[in-house]
Formats: sequence, structure tokens, C-alpha cells
Amino acid sequence: MSYVTVRNVFVSYGPRPILERVNLDIAQGEFVSIVGASGCGKSTFLRLLLAQERPTRGEIRIAGAPPAVEPDRARGIVFQQYSVFPHMTCRDNIVAAEAFGGTRFGAFFGAARASARQRATTVLERIGLGHVADAYPSALSGGMRQRLAIAQALAGKPRIMLLDEPFGALDPGTKLSMHAFLLGLRRETGMTVFMVTHDLEEAFKLGDRVLVFDKPRWDPDFPEAYGATITYDFDARNGGVPYQTIKEDTHVLEPEPEPVAPPA
Amino acid sequence: MRIINRRPTRTVAFLLMLIPFVLALVAYSYGSAARRAENPADKLLPAPMQIVSTAVSLVTEPDRRSGEILFWIDTRSSLWRLGLGLGIAAALGLGFGLLTGLIPFANAGLAPFVAVLSMIPPLAILPILFIVFGLGELSKVALIVIGTAPFLIRDLAQRVAEIPQELIIKAQTLGASSGVIALRVALPQIMPRLIGALRLALGPAWLFLIAAEAIAAESGLGYRIFLVRRYLAMDVILSYVIWITLLAFLADLALKLLARRLYPWAGAATG
Repeated sequence: MSYVTVRNVFVSYGPRPILERVNLDIAQGEFVSIVGASGCGKSTFLRLLLAQERPTRGEIRIAGAPPAVEPDRARGIVFQQYSVFPHMTCRDNIVAAEAFGGTRFGAFFGAARASARQRATTVLERIGLGHVADAYPSALSGGMRQRLAIAQALAGKPRIMLLDEPFGALDPGTKLSMHAFLLGLRRETGMTVFMVTHDLEEAFKLGDRVLVFDKPRWDPDFPEAYGATITYDFDARNGGVPYQTIKEDTHVLEPEPEPVAPPA
Repeated sequence: MRIINRRPTRTVAFLLMLIPFVLALVAYSYGSAARRAENPADKLLPAPMQIVSTAVSLVTEPDRRSGEILFWIDTRSSLWRLGLGLGIAAALGLGFGLLTGLIPFANAGLAPFVAVLSMIPPLAILPILFIVFGLGELSKVALIVIGTAPFLIRDLAQRVAEIPQELIIKAQTLGASSGVIALRVALPQIMPRLIGALRLALGPAWLFLIAAEAIAAESGLGYRIFLVRRYLAMDVILSYVIWITLLAFLADLALKLLARRLYPWAGAATG
């Protein structure tokens, strides 16, 4: 069953096409890695999923809900940097995940505050940040900060989790421990994840599917004439080796696919 | 070794810091002594010791007519006007800064107007303020507000716009409304910037205060300076100038310490 449905999405900035004819069905709980060269539209695609931008044509639905017009609680996001609030302690960052959407002024008071802080402390201890609960993010290492950012996004209980090169700025050792951390969280929560990355190894190691964005048509005299789309959709559940399915169909013109009825 | 790579030790740095102060003092004493050697009744450059004794009597001796110590009354009225003016300007700066920095519609409507407003020389409209608000406290406070608010609004709007877009998006994915984003994400992040901007605005604020007091007031540091100017009382003027300098220096230091104390995260804030 399709949880995230992308139907015939086109994006252009003015006359310049960025994405063309993107179609995708993602089941609940799938981990989707997105790779591609710089400027191939993978970040644009992530912004579409985030609803930070809207497609020029086509639509994206999550769990059958109407296409979103702005970022909302269905989406959790972790960026490469600036992902946690620098003016809040680690604990308050986790509390904010509950308080921002759940209260009128974005903050808890009295008994609700105490219990939210208690829950945040539990979360921090589980992700190994209990000892820095009262520290500000600027005092944390890059890996700890990203762990906090992921926990914060998760505490908002999103339907899909979007990771925009989350480990791009980390050293190789920290990256490996972050992979273990993310895989553990995923086993626990069964979340649906989209991760943009430049690291192919990481993409195949973490993902169930690896989507490659590229331009299917290329005009050497006018490189900007065509947009990018999903050119490969690898099954990566076994390291990606025996299951590759090359999507030849994106190279030829074909009638637009029938709109699929959203799942009830 | 290149001079740009040579650094003084702490002791040397301290001595270097003292040198210009000592030189200024020596130059003044020398000039004062030279003038008084020619004319013992010279009023333009009073001896340093005379300034000190004048200062002591200023801060201790009550006025014969009112029985109050004018120095402290002047200080109190000036600081009150300065604080009130800067406080109102800061509130305006925060409010409009958040509004124009966060809301594109407000920015489109207000930013050009504030930009034009900030080009009006505040002293040029001082007569209008005296006519409209009278010669009382209001016109002096209004001058400080008009003189510093446009700068604060523009600076803070800029700071709000500089908040990484990622943080605003993140707050939205956590369900924050526009109000919550303003209150819990943007406001706390520009508070240290506000204090920084206030430190910069202190200079112009003192300028406007003294200008307004010089023209029409019944008390105030600027009023007193321009009053005793008629008697060529340089010792009084210099005492007041030193006092104003000290007050400005202390206000700046207090704001700096306040920012460091209240917003410890702002030092190396990366998210």
C-alpha cells in the first residue's frame, strides 16, 4: 500500500525545468535514500516532501491527506546544520518539540512543564545525551548535535522523517556510530524515512530503496533544457546487489499514468 | 618577525592602555599651568586640582535656594529621560523588527517607510517636537525615541531575517504557529542582538538628550552644562563631561555584562 504518493510532479523555476515527471510510491516504514549529482534536483525533491516548496504540476500526498501547502507536523526534518535551536538547552529543545504545536504560546507551565521536562530527560538519557541535558547545543560535538536534532524531530511524532545530508559534516567514525543510532531508532519506531546523501555507501547501507536523480535527456548545447527525474530505483534491502531494476521507461515518452486513488 | 604577529603580554598591554590617558592628563596640566602662569585668574583651563575640588562640592553641597544637590537631580532626570527614550525605542525596535523580519506582507508595507523615516535628521525636527509636545519631558524623550528607533527597527529586522531558514522550517514541522515562532524562536534569538544594538544606540541617544536639554529644560546634565557655560565655569562643565563619559561607559559595560549573563549561548551560536 502506498503511504507516500508522488504523482507526476514537475518543478520549474521560471522557464528552467528542475524536476520532470516524478512518480513514486513509498510504503509505510520504508527507508528511502536519495542520491544524485549536485544540481540534480534531489534537494528540491526533499523540499517538496517537506512542503517548503510546492510542485509546479502534480501532487504529493502523505497517508492520503490533501497535498500540504506549508511545512506541518506530518513532516520531521533534520538538516545538515542549524537543526536545533541554539538558544535552548538540550532538554528545552526536546520539550519544544511537544510544546510548539501543543500549546498556545509554545511553552508549558506549572505541572505540565515539569512532566514535559521529565519526559525530555528520559528521551535524552535514551539517546545518550543525559549528561548534557542542561548544556546549550553550541557546547556539543557535531554528532551529539545531530543525535539531538533527530530525537527532537522524532519527539514531534511526524508521519515521515526527512533527513537532508544529516551526517555530511561528521567525521567517518562519528558517521558510523550515527548509522547505528539511526538504524536502532528505526527498528524501534518503524518510521518512514527519506534521506538525501552524497555518500553512496551510506545510501545503500541504511536504505531499503535507493533513488537516483538524474537528467534522462541531455542537450549538450543547452544543459538546462531538461529537468531531472528518478532514473534508477534500486532495491537496497540486501546491500542493493541482486535486486537492481533499471527504470528504462523514463527514457521514452508515454501517456501519463492514471491517477491512483488515495488509500482509504 | 612581522609586527602583525607580535603580541604584548598582559602587563605590557596594561601599560600601553594607560599611556594615552596619562598623556592626555599631562598635556592638559601643562596647558593649564602655562595659561595660569600668564593670567592667574584664567577660567578656560582650570587646574586639575580645582576641577576635583569643584566636583567634590558639586556632589556634596546642596543648592542654597532649593536645598537639594543639583548634581544628583540633574543625573536623575537625564538618566530617566535616556532610559525611558531608549526603552520605548527598544520596544518599538523589537515589535516592528519581528513584524517586518518575519512577515513578508509587513515587510513590503513597512520597510521602505522606515528606511525613509530613518533618513530624517532628528535634530531638524526638534522644534516640531517642542511645538507639538511642549517643553516638558515628553519632547526630550520623543527626540531620543525618534532618533534611535528607526535604527533599532532596521537592525533588528535584519537580524530576524538572518535567522537561519532551517530553524524557522524546523519550528513549523514541530507545529509552531507564526506567533509561537515569533515568541519562542525569533524573539529569544534577537534579544542579544537587541542589547548589542542598544549599546551602539547609546551614543546617539546621549547626543539627542543633551541637545534637547540644552535648548529647553529645568534640570539635566546637558541643561546644567549649557547653563554654566554663560559664566565660563569650565570646572563645572568638565566635571559634568567626565561624569557623563563615566555614565555612558558604565551603561555600555552593564549592557555587555547583561548580554553575557542572560544569553550565554549567543557566544558561538551554531545550531
